[in-house]
Amino acid sequence: MLKIDNLTASVGGTQILNGISLTVNAGEVHAIMGPNGSGKSTLAQVLAGHPAYEVTGGTVTFQGADLLDMDPEVRAQHGVFLAFQYPIEIPGVTNAYFLRAAYNEIRKAKGLDEVDPMDFLDLMSDRLKLVEMDEAMLQRSVNAGFSGGEKKRNEILQMAVLDPTLAILDETDSGLDIDALRIVAHGVNALKKPTNATIVVTHYQRLLNHIVPDHVHVLAAGRIIKSGGKELALELEARGYDWVLEEAGLATGAHA
Amino acid sequence: MSTTLAPDLAPQADVARQLGPDWLLPVREAALAEFSRIGWPTTRNEDWHYTNPSAIAEGKFVLAAPDERATGERRTPTGTAAHGVTVAHLAPYTFGQDWPLMVFVNGRFAPMLSRLGALQAGVRVTPLAEAMREDRDFLEARLGTVARFDEHAFTALNTAFMTEGAVIHVAKNVEVAEPLHLVFIADEQAEGTISHPRVIIAAEPNAKVTVIESWGAVGTPRHVSNVVTEVDVASGATVTHLKMQRESAAAFHVGTVQVNQAKDSHFVQFTFQSGAQLMRSNIYTHLNGPGCGSTLNGLVLADGTQHLDTQTRIEHVAPRCYSRELYKGVLDGEGHGVFNGKVYVHPEAQQTDGKQENHTILLSDRAQIDTKPQLEIFADDVKCTHGATVGRLDQAAEFYMKSRGISAEHARRLLVYAFAADVLETIENEVVRTGLEALVLERFAGVVV
Amino acid sequence: MSTDIEALVNREYQYGFVSDIAADTVAPGLSEDVVALISRKKDEPQWLLDWRLKAYRRWLTMKEPHWPNVTYPPIDYQGTSYYSAPKSVKPLQSLDEVDPELLRTYEKLGIPLNEQKMLSGVAVDAIFDSVSVGTTMKTELRKHGVIFCSFTEAVHEFPDLVQKYLGSVVPYSDNFFAALNSAVFSDGSFCYVPKGVRCPMELSTYFRINAAETGQFERTLLVADEGAYVSYLEGCTAPKRSTNQLHAAVVELVALDGATIKYSTVQNWYAGDKDGVGGIYNFVTKRGKAMKGSKISWTQVETGSAITWKYPSVILQGDDSTGEFYSVAVVNNRQQADTGTKMIHVGRNTKSTIVSKGISAGRGQNSYRGKVHVLPKAEHARNYTQCDSMLVGNACGAHTFPYIEVENKTATLEHEASTSKIGEDQIFYLKQRGLSAEQAVSMIVSGFCREVFKELPMEFALEAQQLLGITLEGSVG
Repeated sequence: MLKIDNLTASVGGTQILNGISLTVNAGEVHAIMGPNGSGKSTLAQVLAGHPAYEVTGGTVTFQGADLLDMDPEVRAQHGVFLAFQYPIEIPGVTNAYFLRAAYNEIRKAKGLDEVDPMDFLDLMSDRLKLVEMDEAMLQRSVNAGFSGGEKKRNEILQMAVLDPTLAILDETDSGLDIDALRIVAHGVNALKKPTNATIVVTHYQRLLNHIVPDHVHVLAAGRIIKSGGKELALELEARGYDWVLEEAGLATGAHA
Repeated sequence: MSTTLAPDLAPQADVARQLGPDWLLPVREAALAEFSRIGWPTTRNEDWHYTNPSAIAEGKFVLAAPDERATGERRTPTGTAAHGVTVAHLAPYTFGQDWPLMVFVNGRFAPMLSRLGALQAGVRVTPLAEAMREDRDFLEARLGTVARFDEHAFTALNTAFMTEGAVIHVAKNVEVAEPLHLVFIADEQAEGTISHPRVIIAAEPNAKVTVIESWGAVGTPRHVSNVVTEVDVASGATVTHLKMQRESAAAFHVGTVQVNQAKDSHFVQFTFQSGAQLMRSNIYTHLNGPGCGSTLNGLVLADGTQHLDTQTRIEHVAPRCYSRELYKGVLDGEGHGVFNGKVYVHPEAQQTDGKQENHTILLSDRAQIDTKPQLEIFADDVKCTHGATVGRLDQAAEFYMKSRGISAEHARRLLVYAFAADVLETIENEVVRTGLEALVLERFAGVVV
Repeated sequence: MSTDIEALVNREYQYGFVSDIAADTVAPGLSEDVVALISRKKDEPQWLLDWRLKAYRRWLTMKEPHWPNVTYPPIDYQGTSYYSAPKSVKPLQSLDEVDPELLRTYEKLGIPLNEQKMLSGVAVDAIFDSVSVGTTMKTELRKHGVIFCSFTEAVHEFPDLVQKYLGSVVPYSDNFFAALNSAVFSDGSFCYVPKGVRCPMELSTYFRINAAETGQFERTLLVADEGAYVSYLEGCTAPKRSTNQLHAAVVELVALDGATIKYSTVQNWYAGDKDGVGGIYNFVTKRGKAMKGSKISWTQVETGSAITWKYPSVILQGDDSTGEFYSVAVVNNRQQADTGTKMIHVGRNTKSTIVSKGISAGRGQNSYRGKVHVLPKAEHARNYTQCDSMLVGNACGAHTFPYIEVENKTATLEHEASTSKIGEDQIFYLKQRGLSAEQAVSMIVSGFCREVFKELPMEFALEAQQLLGITLEGSVG
């Protein structure tokens, strides 16, 4: 479904990604782990097409198409969804209106009819239950005044509504208490299908207790330095990152 | 030698010319020319809309004591005195501290009342008159470079007639441990005079200094203080300027503080204004280098027929600077407060973070406030807010106190104190903070601490 | 600025067409003779001519004000024509007699005037250049005692009401442009809602400037008698012309005890081209007087005009009266706006609310200027002001000039202002959810203006929202 080949990218002239290659197939969950500053979030942003990052080399193919050639909204319409590490506040725009606009855009791109507000509300009430959110929050402005946990749940709600082919969760676990973590993970698991895939970007292993990955990759200095099964995450949890960095010949402590 | 300051300054040029030193003459002439051009401000001038300075313009005030011996400083059996001012008269202003001290009596430096003995290495504190005579190079490079007089009548007058004041210079990387204190006192002999003190504060890169200006009176002389303070804050330096204005109830006080800030520098100011029948405070800061910050706070307490006017203008010239302003006013009697604050963000000043607040309470039927918090923004990536409130005491707190048996009147007084004390808390210097808190508590809650 | 925002392209001003209608236009220039000529053309009573002449003589002694934060070349008052009317307009028995070209013009503007197509629930007075070309729903309104007609008609049919209230809120001597208007005003709308009547439909005036080299000087007078209610809408468009045209209107509102007036404006005069050539100078005096327990609420969406200079104000004369001002002002390209309000608290327990949203784009300059004055007798007056600016691009400016003057200790005032930008992060977030850059900007701006739009009647809220999208297109970058 997704094939990243020797991807390099920079921000403000500084190279962050130094040649990433990764293949994700339908039905798979990939975890991307690594110390702070390793380029995890950059990879997530580059896949979503954030304008601040400049792709300097490599290719990304998504369902046979050149992902890097698409505008961010076109990527979204093709089914790429990024759950933001820091969800953005849009004052004055209600969650309901925002979600319906996005939902209809994606439907339009697929050649489907737009749904009217009433039908959309029905759809929403079902999805809200998944992330244990109250209907009242649909009338609140997008993320404005939300707590950290509410913002992350709102991201998963959007994911549930937009039904992406490829979901990228960028540090979705950061700042969540254990209950919120459980709710978020439950939502992600419930949305899993043989036809879609998930990339979980995280610093800690604890989210992976709830969302079990098929593959774990360690990112450091902008490269994947080690890949393995779910047991690699447990090993990282137990032993930290230093040993992997040493194995890869990278100075330790530099990114601590 | 004394001459009336008429609006037409032609005869005044001669007075200014005789003040010396010669090298300053062209500057004085230029200032006189500017004053002749613009004249005294009137309420038709947008920045003077709420404050009429005609009482100063028409008050026939004469230049204070150009004669060097005019303070008549002498030893007396009870200690040092200048005019009628003794060490004892200074006590209410000196916080019981023996910080380095310069005293000015009726606009004239009084060396015997001052204390400049043991200054820390890298710190120079010089009377302006002395610096004019002996430190031309330094002064010529500094004087008037921060305080521009174009379109500013009072600064032009100060520039034309300044002879007294203080020059403070802190060398690179020097952190001055104790505050430097300037005390300006007037007594009856100041009656009918106008003085134009000039204070120059220059902090070299990464220097750190606190300068306190205290203005007070013995008796209730009717006179004009027209002070200009220019502050040059070099990169990485921090200047804290605390000004306590408690002049005579018959006095006129015009104070202009102009600040230039280089990159990563900080300017922190607090103005406490409770004196004078008419006070005008102009505070102008230029954030010229990236990454610097200005914090301007103040408290205004007016009663009787006092008219206390605070104007601030913060110019964000460079990117990534912040400014904070919090001004509070408590107005009683027929007191009239004015606040006119402008935050001006130039097109290059991206990522400016500006916050301005002005809060006032009116305690009497005749008290009055005019407030004009303004923003002028020409850059798009900025975060600027301002807020102003009038007349809001915390109703819930008042009810809470009353429910505990405190009388309504007492509860209100305590809340007024709390309202004022809130801004005093921003003063970092603990001695000054607690000193002012005690003053305010006594004034509003009748408690002597 | 991100390339996404920059990529938005300019859409043409869609009301910029000219109608080919034979007009009776007075030669340019202003004198007592011209004032008398206008009065004669309208067959006015002597008292009105006298009033006009007093205004004209006063105007001669006044200077054009230059304190607003706007700049423009000097206006040649002798080079403007002060009266232009479509030749076909005579006293009409029915709207069917209106020149079909005029009807077509209004239809093109989305304001059908003929009975079959009329908007239901909205009565429209259509003003074309200097005169009213027709008022719809008159008969229906008259059943409820509501008078809604052109100003000229009111002068003839209800002279007592007009004489009683004309100039009672904005005297002819009020300011330079009000004096000019008082001398030469050509037509406008008049409305009177009798005691205790709730006006059964929205009233609306649609202003259209068509002729070149003419000024438009209309006058609206709206009186809500005790306990009455009326909601009034105003819309404006003009053709694209490379010369500037002056629009100096006066609106007077009188809300008697317990009455409510809601006055909404969607101002979309031609704004000039992207280099600032042409466009309307919109110099307008709008003021309401609120008597005991009454309420006056102004809502405005200002997207057009080369220069906008207006401060819809409320004199809170009566105890317990309420004044409101909700405003969205957008400037793009070379547009300039200096707009805001005055809330003058005279009576006790008076209350005012001000919500202003300014959006600056292109090289536009947007100033909010507002005064809240609490007079000594206004016990327990309250004001809340919120004033937000948004900047799009780095060549525009946003300015906030509030004047707060309080002379009573029991007053409570609160003023808040903020300035922000459309964050690139916000746009990216919306795009990541599948929305285009245009949709993203429009959604963020609508959210920013939401508090004002919700004050507009439904029919106008949609129009305003669309207008905003159009005005801002191409702005960004």
